[in-house]
Amino acid sequence: MTVSMVKALNDGLRQALSDDPHVLLMGEDIGRLGGVFRVTDGLRKEFGDLRVVDTPLGEAGIVGAAIGLAMRGYRPVCEIQFDGFVYPAVNQIITQLAKLRHRSAGRISLPVVIRIPYGGGIGSIEHHSESPETYFAHTAGLKVVTCATPNDAFHMIRQAVAEDDPVVFLEPKRHYWTKGEVDPASALPLEQAVVRRAGTDVTLIAYGPTVPVALEAADVAAEEGRSVEVVDLRSLSPWDVTTVRASVHRTGRAVVVHEAAFSHGFGAEVAARLQDEEFHFLEAPVVRVTGYDTPYPPSRLESDWLPGVDRVLNAIDRSLSY
Amino acid sequence: MAHAVQDPPSETSLADPPIQLLDPAGNLGTDCRLPLDPATVDLPALYRDMTLVRRLDTEAIALQRQGELGLWPSLRGQEAAQVGAAYALYDRDMVFPTYREHGVAWCRGLDPVSLLGLFRGTTLGGWDPYEHHFNLYTLVIGAQTLHAVGYAMGLYRDGSTGSGDPERDTAVLAFLGDGALSEGETNEAFIWAAAQNLPVVFFCQNNQWAISAPYSVQSRIPAAQRAAGYGFPGIRVDGNDVLACLAATRQALDRARTGGGPTLIEAVTYRVNAHTTADDATRYRAAEETEDWTARDPLERLRAHLQSTGAVTDEYFTDLEARERDLAEQLRADCRALADPDASSPFEHTYARMPADLRQQLRQHMEFVPTGPQDGERT
Repeated sequence: MTVSMVKALNDGLRQALSDDPHVLLMGEDIGRLGGVFRVTDGLRKEFGDLRVVDTPLGEAGIVGAAIGLAMRGYRPVCEIQFDGFVYPAVNQIITQLAKLRHRSAGRISLPVVIRIPYGGGIGSIEHHSESPETYFAHTAGLKVVTCATPNDAFHMIRQAVAEDDPVVFLEPKRHYWTKGEVDPASALPLEQAVVRRAGTDVTLIAYGPTVPVALEAADVAAEEGRSVEVVDLRSLSPWDVTTVRASVHRTGRAVVVHEAAFSHGFGAEVAARLQDEEFHFLEAPVVRVTGYDTPYPPSRLESDWLPGVDRVLNAIDRSLSY
Repeated sequence: MAHAVQDPPSETSLADPPIQLLDPAGNLGTDCRLPLDPATVDLPALYRDMTLVRRLDTEAIALQRQGELGLWPSLRGQEAAQVGAAYALYDRDMVFPTYREHGVAWCRGLDPVSLLGLFRGTTLGGWDPYEHHFNLYTLVIGAQTLHAVGYAMGLYRDGSTGSGDPERDTAVLAFLGDGALSEGETNEAFIWAAAQNLPVVFFCQNNQWAISAPYSVQSRIPAAQRAAGYGFPGIRVDGNDVLACLAATRQALDRARTGGGPTLIEAVTYRVNAHTTADDATRYRAAEETEDWTARDPLERLRAHLQSTGAVTDEYFTDLEARERDLAEQLRADCRALADPDASSPFEHTYARMPADLRQQLRQHMEFVPTGPQDGERT
């Protein structure tokens, strides 16, 4: 079955709603409209307005109310309309949602999913193209995952709903309309990274929106006779060091690619871990290809600002020059 | 260009006097807005709990002074608001407190020592929120109002509100202070509760001071008056009058349980002590003000009523004093006996299942904690 990521998410959410009467969706414009990206299209009609809830316009309210619902035994799936609008909810996510299991010594379980369309590349305006992943990945008690293919979108959203911990679920919006095969029987564990393409010269580590960029760069590099392995992290917290480590053992070189800013970004975490634990396997420093330490630019500049194939190829060259 | 800022009007000039049933001299009156049948109220029990809660508070302050607690937020002066509100609850109703609701916790049946752990530094929680239907304390101002709203959404979806079955209908009681009225999240909570007609009662203890900021910094209108703007009833009661607080909360919870939606109760009271034991109230408020409010003490007026009506004997007071002494002794002994948590405990329950990386960090940590339980000892 070949579908877009939006359709795959829609199917996954429908399945989650069908499987468990305690699952409910909540967010701005997700009901009658089906969400601004139509991820929840048709679900209100099918499950009713008590299961697919159009909320008041207030992101803190969406997450705060989800906490109370979860305390009453529900499994809320919250939609934040755009990445740049999650910040009013950050207090609830960080000071409450992430900590209540621990504070209650495990008595409070908060199986809450926060879906966030994220990343750039769709020509949108300010606050509609941000990459807030490390704010959440840095917070104990949260899981942070991101899908890069329709198949992962279908499986990962259902796995996220089934998790007993809060999950920040990042949806790379520029791939919402990219189609791909969905195999209902092919789910990987939610926290597992996957080798998207095998290679022997250098490992590209990517997630979410940059996975297709890395794959394209690997294709181009292959034409130049370079064998590039691409690892899709899928989960940022916890992250699958084992898979990355195994890949670097094969190639001896690592390049991390993400849209979020360079400094303090997830690439710094990957680089630090690899140099700490795999120093003797590395034949080159870990190279990062990222967004810059600036606000996200006006969309007319985003195609240059975002890590593109040329910058990734350049990084591969840098890595191989050692 | 900045415009001239005038001092806002003082709180007391903002509105008519709050509703009162028991005056400071201990006389019981009536008010048609809050019909209360005195036969439904166990006045000696109310006085007993207010007295014991005050003793709990006094002992906790002493324990802080002795270095046994890192901090204590005193509730002195707010016993009537808390005990009155708590007496209106059914066991199955859910409470979302701030961090000062020791009186509500007491009435919900929590072991009072469990309140001390958070302030002693032995725990970040301290009790099972589901056991007594009393959530953990919330230190982030206003955050709990939204949890209350979500829980109330759950009650509605469970068919546990407005069902017509008095054995089933349930409501939520959320506590907040006057400072919390200024938080965006509290306003979101009011909006959600109103729009969805949720079974939640917001109980605002307006104790006049948000640390050093007087109520006039938060608002030019009484808290209760705000409710109308959201579309639900607001009621302003004398927060030092335990009967008015009980009657208002009972009325609001009844309405919530039967599908009548939210209410905002403003209990006008006073924080007699500083914000916490780390705060110095003499830097921001006049001694005369505190003396004036102390004269309206919530315990004194109920005691005067009990004595003047002959509702209790001298023996009642003698027994109560003995119970106070027992409570104080128990708190002192049990507080000191609160065990330090295991060195491994910060790692536990951070996630439902400990991730491999965290397990590795735990192992590394325990190598440097020779006095803690060794890896593998714990089941």
